[in-house]
Amino acid sequence: MNKKKVTEQLGFWVLRLCVGITGLILLIILFDIVTKGIGKVSWRFLVESPRNGMTEGGIFPAIVGTFLVTMLTAVFAVPLGMGCAVYLNEYADDNVFTRIIRMSIRNLSGVPSIVYGLFGVVLFVQMMRIGTCVLAAGLTLGLMTLPWVITASEEALKNVPQSYRNGALALGATRWQAIRSNVLPYSISGMLTGTILGLARAAGETAPILFTGAAFFLPFLPKSPFEQFMALPYHLYIMVTQHHSLETARPIAYATALVLIALICSMNMFAVILRYKLRKQKKE
Amino acid sequence: MHQTKIEVRDFNFFYGDQRALKDIELDIYNNKVLGIIGPSGCGKSTFLRSINRMNDTIAGARVNGTMLIDGQNIFSEKMDVVELRRKVGMVFQKSNPFPKSIFDNVAYGLRVNGRKDKAYIEHKVEESLKDAALWEEVEDRLSVSAFDLSGGQQQRLCIARALAIEPEVLLMDEPASALDPTATAKVEELIQELKKKYTIVIVTHNMQQAARISDYTAFFMLGELIEYNETQKIFTNPEKKITEEYITGRFG
Ligand SMILES: Nc1ncnc2c1ncn2[C@@H]1O[C@H](COP(=O)(O)OP(=O)(O)OP(=O)(O)O)[C@@H](O)[C@H]1O
Ligand SMILES: [Mg+2]
Repeated sequence: MNKKKVTEQLGFWVLRLCVGITGLILLIILFDIVTKGIGKVSWRFLVESPRNGMTEGGIFPAIVGTFLVTMLTAVFAVPLGMGCAVYLNEYADDNVFTRIIRMSIRNLSGVPSIVYGLFGVVLFVQMMRIGTCVLAAGLTLGLMTLPWVITASEEALKNVPQSYRNGALALGATRWQAIRSNVLPYSISGMLTGTILGLARAAGETAPILFTGAAFFLPFLPKSPFEQFMALPYHLYIMVTQHHSLETARPIAYATALVLIALICSMNMFAVILRYKLRKQKKE
Repeated sequence: MHQTKIEVRDFNFFYGDQRALKDIELDIYNNKVLGIIGPSGCGKSTFLRSINRMNDTIAGARVNGTMLIDGQNIFSEKMDVVELRRKVGMVFQKSNPFPKSIFDNVAYGLRVNGRKDKAYIEHKVEESLKDAALWEEVEDRLSVSAFDLSGGQQQRLCIARALAIEPEVLLMDEPASALDPTATAKVEELIQELKKKYTIVIVTHNMQQAARISDYTAFFMLGELIEYNETQKIFTNPEKKITEEYITGRFG
């Protein structure tokens, strides 16, 4: 009896320790970045271009570039991925062929991002002759995000009870009518949440945009999808490793990291709020 | 003789390798109530779901033999399943309201069938809810979620939902299993009323109910149709001993 209690207590403490260590690591990273970066972050840092060999000024073009390329990623990956998930989950039979497709999609989400980067160069930049630009980078990131969107959307669709579908079919609804009125409304929040998390991940990636369109330094914003752009993660990479005066660049790098983290966190927050809102709405 | 609505010949149903229905032969007559009785797991629901092809959604399900409705083969490639299900309504064994308002639940079938006329929809919703003996309990809260209703109310809501599209055949899988005596009586009354217009197939575990409401009774066991006859004959003078044992509760 007593021994059981001790084991139980011990087990709990081990688990608590796991949580504690993980939390602590995260906190240290955050603390380091915030304390070293916050001094540099100001309104002007956010809305000005880099100046003086990137030792002064702000990161405005990088913010805009990341925003644009993420939008393109979404435009490409969201409809395609959601459509794919609806087809796989609602229409496709469960056979060898669809199982292979599913397995491939799962595997694709584990492919390192640098591989997507190389693939993007070959396919979009060279074969399709799009050149290195916002579009090529957006498509490359889109490819990378696609498996995430599909997997998250399929999970969300699976959570809709079968009886919603059958009930609709038994009333003479077509399959599409059943999906539109009785499946999508109850899975869209899950689909969107997963999708936004995938996009947030894409926004922070460097490797896929490295060869497909991100620029070292540009004094102007891209005026069309066929121009190069600056992006936050790439800018950060440059400031940390490639700058001619790493010491001067260090605070700017920290501030850039802070902005990038803030951006990604707010996307994730948005996903959480969206899910909460839609859930509440559904209950009413 | 009565007019045959649905004709079943040599009908077999398989879940993968498991044969759930074996050589079923029976006729379902127009404007009559067919009661289906039998022990749990004998294939009553499977039989019902075959008639409106709801078994289509089950992976590995297979049929052979014939099942005709108005002379047309239900399982033929030419059969329009959506059309079939409009004609053959169904109340499921487990009540399955949609997470929508009471009104939208009942209006669902009308809307997917292209009815847009608001006045008609409102009229039909009210009529269906009245027929299902639910109207008085919900008339002042049609816009609340169907999930806020009690289990028995949800079951009646599902009946109302099926009635709204005026099917020719109505399949009811234990529609009274969660109802109190008053509501049960109302639903039974409704069935008597409905058979003037519709053909009804009802599964029930309640022998008195089967005797009261059905014109014909089919007794299933282990996937086989043991006996099928006019209800009166089945309940007063069954041909097989096992039928008698089952309906008198001396079974097993
Ligand atoms: N989706 C399914 N997949 C595989 N087997 C099934 C499925 N549904 C039913 N069965 C099997 O088919 C047989 C008949 O089931 P069915 O649901 O038709 O019985 P039932 O007579 O309606 O029983 P109950 O009175 O308990 O509702 C059972 O042996 C059951 O295990
Ligand atoms: Mg059943």
